[in-house]
Amino acid sequence: MQSIKRPLRLAFAVTERVFDRAFGPAWNPLHNLGALGFFYYWIVAVSGIYLYIGFDTGVERVYASIERLTHAQWYLGGVMRSLHRYASDALVAMALLHLLREFSFDRMRGVRWFSWLTGVPILWLVYASGVSGYWLVWDELAQYIALTTSEWLDALPFFGEPIARNFLAPNSLDDRFFTLLIFMHIAIPLILLFILWVHLQRLSKPRINPPRGLAIGTLAMMLALSLVHPAVSQPPADLAKVPGDVGLDWFYLAAYPLFDHLSYAWVWGLAGVLTVGLAALPWLPPLRRPRAAVVDLEHCNGCGRCVQDCPYAAVAMVPRSDGQPFAQQAVVDAALCVGCGICMAACPPSMPFRRIAELATGIDVPDASLNDLRERTHAAAERLSVSPRVLVFGCDCSVDMAALANESVAGVSLPCIGALPPSFVDYVLSRGLADGVFLTGGSEGACVNRLGIQWTELRMDGERDPRLRDRVPRERMARRWAARHEATSLAGEIAAFRAQLATLPAIRPPAPAQPADIRETVA
Amino acid sequence: MTGVFRYAGQALAYLGFALLLGYFASAPAYTYRPADRAEVKLSFSHGGERKGGCRPLTPAEIAKLPPNMRRSQACPRERVPLVIEMDVGGQLAHREVLPPSGLSGDGPSRAYRRFQLPPGEHRLALRLRDSERRDGFDYESSFTVALRPRQNLVIDFRAEAGGFVIR
Ligand code: HEM
Ligand code: SF4
Ligand code: SF4
Repeated sequence: MQSIKRPLRLAFAVTERVFDRAFGPAWNPLHNLGALGFFYYWIVAVSGIYLYIGFDTGVERVYASIERLTHAQWYLGGVMRSLHRYASDALVAMALLHLLREFSFDRMRGVRWFSWLTGVPILWLVYASGVSGYWLVWDELAQYIALTTSEWLDALPFFGEPIARNFLAPNSLDDRFFTLLIFMHIAIPLILLFILWVHLQRLSKPRINPPRGLAIGTLAMMLALSLVHPAVSQPPADLAKVPGDVGLDWFYLAAYPLFDHLSYAWVWGLAGVLTVGLAALPWLPPLRRPRAAVVDLEHCNGCGRCVQDCPYAAVAMVPRSDGQPFAQQAVVDAALCVGCGICMAACPPSMPFRRIAELATGIDVPDASLNDLRERTHAAAERLSVSPRVLVFGCDCSVDMAALANESVAGVSLPCIGALPPSFVDYVLSRGLADGVFLTGGSEGACVNRLGIQWTELRMDGERDPRLRDRVPRERMARRWAARHEATSLAGEIAAFRAQLATLPAIRPPAPAQPADIRETVA
Repeated sequence: MTGVFRYAGQALAYLGFALLLGYFASAPAYTYRPADRAEVKLSFSHGGERKGGCRPLTPAEIAKLPPNMRRSQACPRERVPLVIEMDVGGQLAHREVLPPSGLSGDGPSRAYRRFQLPPGEHRLALRLRDSERRDGFDYESSFTVALRPRQNLVIDFRAEAGGFVIR
């Protein structure tokens, strides 16, 4: 599986960088795939309501009613129809890209299975919505879809009278069928919307709206396409004839030609295996499962920052149970926690300055604890021998820290850069552990842990608690979000940062421990 | 990158996506059935005779039934499978045994088969057995049809209309 994921991730990382240059990280469509999906859904919904008003469900009149909308009312009905079609197609393209991207980032392993598993029925519902829509038009494409789909459904042993017998001859079809079909074409997308809502239940602050610039650009593109190349029907269906050449919508119907090459039973088997295989991916080995965060009530003051910052809604506040004079305390739901450590960095007592032998805080992750982080920071600082010395804090999903190391650069890798309490930057610089601190992590807008980079930027810029203290010399800090393949350019930026540090007065490297120097600092 | 280049880059990306959407939404065409073929569909839904026929019940058996369900005959619910044959131009083209539907085999048998034929005149002969007989058929019909290219010809079976019908 890694052999698919790695190249896929590289492909995404490289393409995203290209898009970053034109759109900027915030507007980058590849960083907004899920949100774009919602946006397309709303375009489809609004245009669909308009089309429904002009739609006639009589067998003889369906086709004519759509033709009227398309041609006589091209400026409104026609545009609505085109928007309906193209936004539906874009929805499929988005859903597939989004699936691949989440897969390549491993955003579905272990406790993160929920969004992935609920994504699987979403795919079925998206396709069913599209297929039922094309069926409604009752042109030659619809006839082709009617014949193949109904024969495929009849291959299941559930239906009594074969559905395909509705499409045998011109007089076998009645109006009731179209009434049923339009009911399905409305009901399926509504169920889809419901499952989309479920899809996001285990994420906090899911991004469901694209940034305005991207939304406007996308809508303008769709409108232009609808005017330049409007969606039209194929010749009307005629059950006395067999369809010959049909123009397929490959976004929805790419699998349909299979029906003519494999038996229906095989296609069912294939669809079943693909569905089950896709659904099982979160649990396939190798399943690395970091241990969940743990609350230490002695240090928890009930401030709720961990709840604010956890990207997976894995922490909640509950009434205090230990008699301390605070109203609330944090609890972690281990079934939702991915062990990213973002909560640890948010927790007020997560400070490296305190002089206790074993640092403790309100909420901590056993596999990358606060104490561990301080020890690794010291160990890295000791490897620095040539000034200006740069300490890099990075994350496990970005550039490999070992690849950057030399006598003046040392790295500390965290599960997520969002797991770095800002006070560590202060600590490193005020203690003279290095001359500069460089932060890096997955590429911008593409944080594997969703919100890690966003929170880091806000914290370091003093816009979100815990804030980096004002006394920290900002000229001794730099950051650059880099994807895994960007080690070379990252090294270049670190070298440039060193050159800038060289112009600043030197910092005294730490003297051997002098306990009297160390003040207890509390937020 | 300067503002102008950025917007040009965005326009290019939108254009690419629009081309993709505009093209693959209805092209390339797929050939479902070649233009030089016609299709014959043999499809019907018909229940065969009940297996074994009805048998009179003995007075003792009748007495054992609850009073509101007493009847003089016991009729099995299971139906016999149908046997269907079709000749095209005097040659056997299809033979199939169609089991009854339903869990206890009491529902109608159903057929749905497609055949591709070249356009032109064809002699079709159809035979159906729906009784317990061992050989021979209960219904036989033949038709001469002139098929046009891409014509969809349907052969249905309606016992109440006396046998096979062309639709
Ligand atoms: C119409 C289709 C879909 C829409 C509109 C949609 C929308 C979204 C949105 C808005 C998010 C939150 C993104 C964020 O804020 O980080 C998300 C996350 C996710 N989606 Fe979808 N999605 C769709 C289909 C799918 C499919 C088909 C799959 C896979 C089978 C899938 C798997 C995931 C996963 C794994 C996550 C991330 C969960 C995490 O970070 O732990 N989605 N989706
Ligand atoms: S951030 Fe720390 S102190 Fe605040 S509620 Fe969470 S665990 Fe308690
Ligand atoms: S480590 Fe903390 S922030 Fe990360 S998922 Fe667990 S509780 Fe949430």
